[in-house]
Amino acid sequence: MAAGWLAAILNSCGCRPDPMSTLLSVLPPALASFLEALTLGAGYNAALVGIGAALLGGSAGAAGTFLFLRKRTLVSDAIAHATLPGVGLAFMIMVAFGGSGRSLVGLLIGSALSAGLGLLAVTAITRRTRLAEDTAIGAVLSVFFGFGIVLLTVIQVMDRGRQAGLEGFLLGSTAGMLFADALLIAAGGALCALLILLFRRPLTIVCFDPGYAEATGISVTRMDAVMLGLVLAITVIGLKLVGLILIVALLVIPPVTARFWSERTGTVAVLAGVFGALAGYVGSAISASSPNLPTGPIIVLVGVGLFVLSLLVAPRRGVLASAVAHRRFQHKVHLRQGLLALAHGEPIHDRLTLRVLARAGYLRADRQPTEAGRAEAARALLDENRWRIARQLHPQEAVTGRYDGLTGIAEVLTADEIASLDRHLGPKAAGA
Amino acid sequence: MTSPSLELVASDTSGQSDARDRVAALALSEMTVSYGGKPAVFSVEARIPEGAMAAIIGPNGAGKSTLLKATLGIIPRLSGRVEVFGVPLARARHRIAYVPQRASVDWDFPTTVEDVVLMGLSRELGLLGFVRSRHRQFAAACLDRVGMADFASRQIGQLSGGQQQRVFLARALAQRADLYLLDEPFAGVDAATERAIVDVLKSLKDEGRTVVCVHHDLATVTDYFDHCLMINLRKIAEGPVASTFTEANLQATYGGRLAGGHLEQLRLPA
Repeated sequence: MAAGWLAAILNSCGCRPDPMSTLLSVLPPALASFLEALTLGAGYNAALVGIGAALLGGSAGAAGTFLFLRKRTLVSDAIAHATLPGVGLAFMIMVAFGGSGRSLVGLLIGSALSAGLGLLAVTAITRRTRLAEDTAIGAVLSVFFGFGIVLLTVIQVMDRGRQAGLEGFLLGSTAGMLFADALLIAAGGALCALLILLFRRPLTIVCFDPGYAEATGISVTRMDAVMLGLVLAITVIGLKLVGLILIVALLVIPPVTARFWSERTGTVAVLAGVFGALAGYVGSAISASSPNLPTGPIIVLVGVGLFVLSLLVAPRRGVLASAVAHRRFQHKVHLRQGLLALAHGEPIHDRLTLRVLARAGYLRADRQPTEAGRAEAARALLDENRWRIARQLHPQEAVTGRYDGLTGIAEVLTADEIASLDRHLGPKAAGA
Repeated sequence: MTSPSLELVASDTSGQSDARDRVAALALSEMTVSYGGKPAVFSVEARIPEGAMAAIIGPNGAGKSTLLKATLGIIPRLSGRVEVFGVPLARARHRIAYVPQRASVDWDFPTTVEDVVLMGLSRELGLLGFVRSRHRQFAAACLDRVGMADFASRQIGQLSGGQQQRVFLARALAQRADLYLLDEPFAGVDAATERAIVDVLKSLKDEGRTVVCVHHDLATVTDYFDHCLMINLRKIAEGPVASTFTEANLQATYGGRLAGGHLEQLRLPA
């Protein structure tokens, strides 16, 4: 069982025969069973769940990207909560017609219908009344969820209700997942991915600039319907695995995580799919490695882990990168201020300015400027004077609009242009 | 429609006699748009001749942008008909390019300058098409025309306001339209950008295309435009700038809001 593809790879690089079982025997049991699940070695059912969760996470991340960019992520929460009455009613109808009520397809059709109704309610309230969308979401979410809980309570006291396992739809459960269920998730996920690929351009334009989209002939209403239809489909498919309370996390967290790493919509969508798939796969492996860990919450926690990591270390948009960039910028400002103060012979009191100047070698320990400091201060003053003249002479030019107190004028103007500025400055200033 | 002055009636008929023979690039009739029970634009009609460089002018809140958006179907209209080159709007969308107000989008959106310009090719690419190198070259040419060729790979939030406006114009150029509708293209841009945009618009006119701008700066109307539509809830006047942009019409459009000093600076046509 433990062999899996990892073992095959290890074997092919000339390691000892069956190193996987050796490796697993020396690890703590929890970690060993996690590794087993991760390499699809924890049994047929766990492998099904892992692959299904990865596909679901991937399509949820990609579809969620457009929801996120359209600034309508919370609509997915209303959709998810609105599935519950459908689950309950579908169960009751199936039981009334003599079935067991546990057919997943039947329950999902019911949930899709009531989620669709919830979505229509949000749209109608937003369009027909003066209420804002967030209010409509709050109202629809609580009414549908409340009604759903009432239905579940009623079902609990029914004869067949006790074994129905409907509460698994709240937080997700993989217990008793069938091959057909996994196939349904896989097929649904693949179909969603295909639709996203097909509509990526109009969806992007509608998210970025709905007015322009409408003017170009792309119907915003229709594209919103495509986007929310995808979200609805993913919510319904993911109900069994992640549960309706947490499915919104799978739609929101991967796109937000991916946004840290890219400045292009296509890349953000692909990365969100990758992060979602990773969270689904690793999360379900962790959940499968221990009998009492719920699948949905673990998947979400893995997703949050990726988010926090990205928040911290992502280049440019990450917290650390921004802090470093801010510090660098602050030092640049203090250096320039300090040099200008030196040039004007003004006393410097700011501690950071003193430190920056000293570190650059422009200030001695007794706070007197060094030779290099004097020269650099004169250069800064000359630069400042040239900017002043340039801005007086050409207030309307775009290049003079680039004055920010830090950019050297030589980066903006040619040597000839600077020479002509120096003629206006007079011989004394220019010679400094 | 009742006209505010006799002089206006005269100029209107003379302006339309030769225009009537040709198909108008943009013809609006009985356009009414309202926000929550209060009309913002009331029964406005307009007939912008093909090849014109037209300004829609009027005071703040007069309904200029609203008229433009309702024309394009971005906001619903209560009544009215829009014809573009003699056919209903729905059949002429491919001949229209729209440049929205800069403030209408989120500039932190994950997209590059090139991606924005490529949006102008969405109709040509369809759902199944892939962006190929010739599309990128064309986008680069559009960017070059507005002086933004060096910025293709920048995220759009890193641009100045004027640069953002030029990228929007480049996206419209990529559509190779016959009618360009711009919503306040000169609002809040630097002088260099204003010159660059005017040059591009004049070159479009020279190619025989029609340009319509919502415009707020009365001082530049006579320099930039040859046709103007003056509105303040209703249409006040429309026609060639030379005969329409008069003190009487300005007073009728702006009410008491234009002081004598302002009018003197406008170099109004005699």
